[in-house]
Amino acid sequence: MFSILEKCFKKSIWVYHTNASACNGCDIEIINALTPFYDAERFGIKLVGSPRHADALLVTGAVSRQVCPRLKILYESVPDPKLIFAIGSCATGGGIWFDSYNVVGGVDKVMPVDFYIPGCPPRPEAILFGVAVALGLVDKKVAAEYLREKGFSELIEQGQPATENE
Amino acid sequence: MFISKLKQALICLKAGRVTLPYPYKPSPPPEGFRGKLKVDIDKCVGCAGCANVCPPGAIEVIDFDTGWRRMQFHLTRCISCGRCEEVCPEKAVTLTDQFELSTNTKEDLTVAIEVYMDTCQRCARCFKPQHPLDKMMVTGFRK
Repeated sequence: MFSILEKCFKKSIWVYHTNASACNGCDIEIINALTPFYDAERFGIKLVGSPRHADALLVTGAVSRQVCPRLKILYESVPDPKLIFAIGSCATGGGIWFDSYNVVGGVDKVMPVDFYIPGCPPRPEAILFGVAVALGLVDKKVAAEYLREKGFSELIEQGQPATENE
Repeated sequence: MFISKLKQALICLKAGRVTLPYPYKPSPPPEGFRGKLKVDIDKCVGCAGCANVCPPGAIEVIDFDTGWRRMQFHLTRCISCGRCEEVCPEKAVTLTDQFELSTNTKEDLTVAIEVYMDTCQRCARCFKPQHPLDKMMVTGFRK
């Protein structure tokens, strides 16, 4: 039963788009990724109007203090199993406002984040790539690329910290 | 009405397939795209000019007592503005066209380099070595 559910979960991810005090740049890119040109629906990604219907949350923006309790309520109203995507530099690490007085500084301080998609704003391709990484279609490319250039590919498989003397 | 629908169908047939086959075929960004930053460890002199101009403070400089300067590039909050590339005197920092940065851990997005510096005997702060040979004797490592 669970294996069937896992299969279905991978084939159809319904997303709910949340703006947690973002500047709208990342939101426009998300909407761009859902257009027929990029066609996210071929991966089963569909925008829904209620968090209770959603499998994944797309959160943009450095979370301000005002939106923080609402975001917590939103997180609780998404049924399990759920995926949380932090989209944009603000959502991943706080962006320019990482030490500002009125922001929490990143989505990961409010709720557990599964995938980070940095960029200011990320390209629609980058958002699609992040979803593809989440679905297991492709491997992630950061942190491993440098070692792969230098021929340390066995370190990547073992998952060891990437330190190397030059 | 039926004829107008036929016309629409004809227009759609003419256009053909417009969807970008992105995850299966690479889609290179346009010229001048600013993506992930890359640091050349051999060129960096550790002047920390990039850390001064970085708007989100994504470049962190930590000085050790032993003459090492650690520079951490937090790509989590990098906004790819390219100020570090403009200000770098040695052209060590460059912005590549890589945009596929998504990960499941934040630790992947921190690049750290360590540069050998001389220390001032009075204030014990780091500065650039007098002779470039001093730097070449000891080079840093990169994470």
